[in-house]
Amino acid sequence: MQPIIVNSLNKTYGNGQVTAVKDVSFTVNENELFGLIGPDGAGKTSIFRILTTLLLADSGTAKVAGFDVVTGYREIRQRVGYMPGRFSLYPDLTIEENLAFFATIFDTSIEENYHLIRDIYIQIEPFKKRRAGKLSGGMKQKLALCCALIHKPEVLFLDEPTTGVDPVSRKEFWEMLGRLKSGGITILVSTPYMDEASLCDRIALMQSGSIMTIDTPEALTGSYPDPLFAISTEKASMPSILNALAQFEKTKSHYAFGEFAHASFTDKNLSADDIIGYLDSRGITNSRINLIKPTIEDRFIQLATQK
Amino acid sequence: MTPVITTNRLTKRFGDFVATDSLTFSVNQGEIFGFLGANGAGKTTAMRMLCGLSLPSSGDATIAGFDVYKQTEDIKKNIGYMSQKFSLYEDLTVLENIRFFGGIYGLNNRQIREKCDALINRLGMEDETGKLVASLPLGWKQKLSFSVAVLHDPKIVFLDEPTGGVDPVTRRQFWDLIYEAAARGVTIFVTTHYMDEAEYCNRISIMVDGKIEALDTPGNLKRQFRSESMDDVFYQLARKARRGD
Repeated sequence: MQPIIVNSLNKTYGNGQVTAVKDVSFTVNENELFGLIGPDGAGKTSIFRILTTLLLADSGTAKVAGFDVVTGYREIRQRVGYMPGRFSLYPDLTIEENLAFFATIFDTSIEENYHLIRDIYIQIEPFKKRRAGKLSGGMKQKLALCCALIHKPEVLFLDEPTTGVDPVSRKEFWEMLGRLKSGGITILVSTPYMDEASLCDRIALMQSGSIMTIDTPEALTGSYPDPLFAISTEKASMPSILNALAQFEKTKSHYAFGEFAHASFTDKNLSADDIIGYLDSRGITNSRINLIKPTIEDRFIQLATQK
Repeated sequence: MTPVITTNRLTKRFGDFVATDSLTFSVNQGEIFGFLGANGAGKTTAMRMLCGLSLPSSGDATIAGFDVYKQTEDIKKNIGYMSQKFSLYEDLTVLENIRFFGGIYGLNNRQIREKCDALINRLGMEDETGKLVASLPLGWKQKLSFSVAVLHDPKIVFLDEPTGGVDPVTRRQFWDLIYEAAARGVTIFVTTHYMDEAEYCNRISIMVDGKIEALDTPGNLKRQFRSESMDDVFYQLARKARRGD
């Protein structure tokens, strides 16, 4: 059984004026870490709210843990854990009280499922008498994850768990997800950070309510349609390189990517030397050009900008 | 090169807690300066002092030539500010927001009209001027918000995580606006969690537990820390942090 099956979901707000989710279909396999990757406004949170039975879709169907999201909402709520994008625990309860509260609601106890949260909980346990409202962002995030796990869910929904979190804490959080997955939980996670996409088993790239494509991270970057080059030079500034590329008639796409400019060309036989020659003619000398393996972000840009 | 921000042992304490600890650095005119650090490193506290919103506990700083203790109102007139959290008034239209902020920054009607036309034209928002800001996609809001923050030609613009949650294509268009402003001589002071954006800065500083632990060009920092990427430089420094946010 696939724990999440989504079929042609549509959702609009404001009497149909704003389309949040547009004909979205995907399935998540058992014990899979599946990522919805896209910017704010892509429709990620609406999908999470529909799947966790908090919001009704306009049309389409979805099943979670074998139950329909409309008729089986009671069963689903027993079987899923949900960590919303906004901190939604009780700020006036302590760490320990919040956790005990969620355990009690689901008719269990901290002791019974302690093994599930142990790795994460030991990091905040020294502060267990502290009120949740007084915790740092990283600690709130860990507590929210513990509360979403304490009833041993079959499916875990994490809506942008790392947004606004610094790169070090983000890395630690993803290591935790990897351990949870190996413990047998199916996870649907969303993120606006493209670099995190490569840590998922499969991902859906989303933009403006629609899924542009679904695949494994390797297959997605592997199917980039053109040779992609990274260009850098010590002397010229990034805007001047981009400007030169913009005026080259064979340029297909060009954009800054960290210290490099990434570019693809309409002529697939164009060599690095040809490009160096062109840049030289534009006064951009000593440029270094390498054929590179595209990243998820390159692929996202390619899909989002293709006509 | 003329420094427009200089700080000397700038420190802010809250009780026993030293939020920013003896910051000494300077930023030159027209420079794009990246101000990085983990959550809780003290970035926001430092920025509030540099914007004239919070008085230092000790140390000195001059912003656009004005003193952070005595001339905070002059500082506010000479800087622009935008963050992911506060940018524009959602219940005003695009045009109303521009006129409102133009007025706040003391531009006269003729200046506002000229600036407004140029801004709308540059962003290609001719068809959106009468729309409520709430109805715009996030990326447009952020581009508009930045343009409004530099409407009064400030000497420095402070950007606090301006591109969080913005899609990769719009994120790059946003940086085009930053480059253009810097080329006009506006100094850019920017925080970000995207390490690729750190590469777009002329120089960056990395704060750990209230102190600036590294400050140089992206290239020099990578050489100094023997790293291939800024991600790794950041990781090497920030994992030593003892405090969270």
